[in-house]
Amino acid sequence: MKKDIILGGVGGQGILTIAATIGTAALMEGLQLKQAEVHGMSQRGGDVQSNLRLSSKPIASDLIPEGKADLIISVEPMESLRYMNMLNKESGWIISSMNPVKNISNYPDLEEVLAEIWKLPKNVTIDAENVAKEQGSVKAANIVILGAASPFLGLKVESLEAAIEQIFSKKGEEMVKLNLKAFRAGREYAEKRT
Amino acid sequence: MQQLLLLGDEAIAQGAIDAGISGVYAYPGTPSTEITEYIQSSKEASNRNIRSLWSANEKTAMESAIGMSYAGKKALVCMKHVGLNVAADAFVNAGITGANGGLVVLSADDPSMHSSQNEQDSRFYGKFSLIPCMEPSNQQEAYDMTRYAFEISEKFGTPVLIRVTTRLAHSRAGVIRKEILDQNEMHLPSDLKQFVLLPAIARKQYNKLLGKQDQFEADSAQSGYNKLIDGPDKSRGIIACGIAYNYLMENYEDGIIPHPVFKVGQYPIDRNMLSKLYEAVDEILVLEDGYPIIEELLKGMLDKGKTVRGRLDGSIPRAGELNPNIVGKALKLETSEGFNTPEILAGRPPRLCDGCSHTDSFLALNEAMEAYSKGRVFSDIGCYTLSALAPLESINSCVDMGASITMAIGAADAGLVPSVAAIGDSTFTHSGITGLLDAVNCNAPITVLIMDNSTTGMTGGQTSSAFEKVDAIVRGVGVEEEHIKVITPLKRNHEENLKIYKEELAYEGVSVIIARRECIQTLARRMKQKAIQKREAKKA
Ligand SMILES: Cc1ncc(C[n+]2csc(CCOP(=O)(O)OP(=O)(O)O)c2C)c(N)n1
Repeated sequence: MKKDIILGGVGGQGILTIAATIGTAALMEGLQLKQAEVHGMSQRGGDVQSNLRLSSKPIASDLIPEGKADLIISVEPMESLRYMNMLNKESGWIISSMNPVKNISNYPDLEEVLAEIWKLPKNVTIDAENVAKEQGSVKAANIVILGAASPFLGLKVESLEAAIEQIFSKKGEEMVKLNLKAFRAGREYAEKRT
Repeated sequence: MQQLLLLGDEAIAQGAIDAGISGVYAYPGTPSTEITEYIQSSKEASNRNIRSLWSANEKTAMESAIGMSYAGKKALVCMKHVGLNVAADAFVNAGITGANGGLVVLSADDPSMHSSQNEQDSRFYGKFSLIPCMEPSNQQEAYDMTRYAFEISEKFGTPVLIRVTTRLAHSRAGVIRKEILDQNEMHLPSDLKQFVLLPAIARKQYNKLLGKQDQFEADSAQSGYNKLIDGPDKSRGIIACGIAYNYLMENYEDGIIPHPVFKVGQYPIDRNMLSKLYEAVDEILVLEDGYPIIEELLKGMLDKGKTVRGRLDGSIPRAGELNPNIVGKALKLETSEGFNTPEILAGRPPRLCDGCSHTDSFLALNEAMEAYSKGRVFSDIGCYTLSALAPLESINSCVDMGASITMAIGAADAGLVPSVAAIGDSTFTHSGITGLLDAVNCNAPITVLIMDNSTTGMTGGQTSSAFEKVDAIVRGVGVEEEHIKVITPLKRNHEENLKIYKEELAYEGVSVIIARRECIQTLARRMKQKAIQKREAKKA
């Protein structure tokens, strides 16, 4: 087992929660992991990314080589394009939110952004904010995307759900319930689409 | 022992706790900040009474640590690479005094300048000070080497430098802990003149340090952190320093490298190993995640020996951090490629948060400056530096912490009147106070805008040394009372604030405008905590 994942988004969107959930699930399954995070300057509303590597064998580099990522998970559509040079051309999947963060004046046309994603052979785009709202709160959009990515992670659903419980338990039982629902809704959406 | 999932920074922090430190001294700076934060929030550390409050700057941190070492206890000092410039006077001279209690200095470099104004390589400082330097390749080594650094610091009576780069500092992996060691009892140096660097004593101490160099080198060989790994294909030998070793390994899927490899994690490097490698191979590739230090030494000025490849001959780009692909290309291996980046992708630079007080400070300043020619606002390092970018485009300089006030003095001396300095509260107490004293002493015609958001914003909201002290300091330094103005940077105060800016800009002496409004990030965090407390209180 070996999965190389790029997580993308905008500073403040909380991609590290997704990374932490996947990481926790991977540890439960006895996998090794390395996770390079972005801290500092770009967290101020700039583009942020994290390299998450899971493997049953020791992992050498903290960074994924170009063209080797199995998965790009992006919580913002344009941000998923930023890492296309990292994606494995044969087998790589892009899982992206369709909800743009337009904090720059030259944000491209959203239709064009989505068209670029749809050009790829393996992609899932999801209106995560809407799905999250239906489950109770837009706050869980992150976990909707994690759910949509979950069929491609090579991890068991039970481990991922246990990880969600562990991570959100600090924030109360309601948050656990909300995020589990969001996760399942995202997963169902991706399974229907593929 | 227990396995933990830790950032490189956190591994260093845990390593230091387990090595038995009695204190960590630091000023925040990416990518080093998480080391001190980890110790600050560690229960173990607080049970052991490890002191961990932020220092005003890197120099005061370094000096406090030297003091703790003098008194026989183990101290860690942490900073980002440019912080070592600020601490350099104390750091270099600590090489001469030597250490009593273990003294370890951690400097976190930032190749590719993710959050910095340069990509200087701290290993130079290790060599400059003639002290051992450790460079871990992964999180486990970061933990182990920190412990080891304290061990040799006390064994050889010398400060030890640890150098990491952003990738290791901010990447997580499993780390296995070892037993936790006791802290030292207080004990003063046996020679109470050891730390008195009068020329006569300094010369003696310096010779002592020079005398230790062979031991330092021998230790690099016996510690296991210099390692020669043989390989059958002698057409090339590879020197891999620190994290570069991981990128090298990544290029060989089975983890077996066909060439001889010299893995370097401790300096000064063992020249016997180096010589063995050099003799055995046709050419050498040097991989360093920083400046080409070893490469340059190996090549020499005349470059008359075997072919040495690396950053200097273009095998590797001269600037920027390494990655697996760059190393793969230097190894002349086939490297993979992904899809082309679509042209419509736009850049997304960092920006001031919505509702940031700095925005209101600068909107008023911009308007007030319309009466003068452009290019008069000297600034400093902090969130407010982002005002250099559109839409604000308010500032004209950012060089090093504290430089705003002093550059404004120089520019005013050259005739640029008025000159403006824009500086944050944490930067002001880091190294702005002395500059303001200069300004007062020469009655420089400058206007100083101190943007007091009551925190160290850029690095994530650490407690600022300036907290609730700015006004008193400004007064104490000698700025005239009638030219100290405190404003609240809010949209609704715009006109009122604008008037104050205009008046003070017109005054041909030192004036200080303190723009005070809390950082909205720390405000939001405080409100959240309050809500949680309220909820818990209700429950109880
Ligand atoms: C010598 C040095 N030490 C540390 C840093 C890292 N650093 C950059 S900005 C900053 C904090 C600035 O805080 P403040 O001046 O209060 O401004 P704010 O970010 O809160 O607006 C720090 C610690 C640095 N660039 N240089």
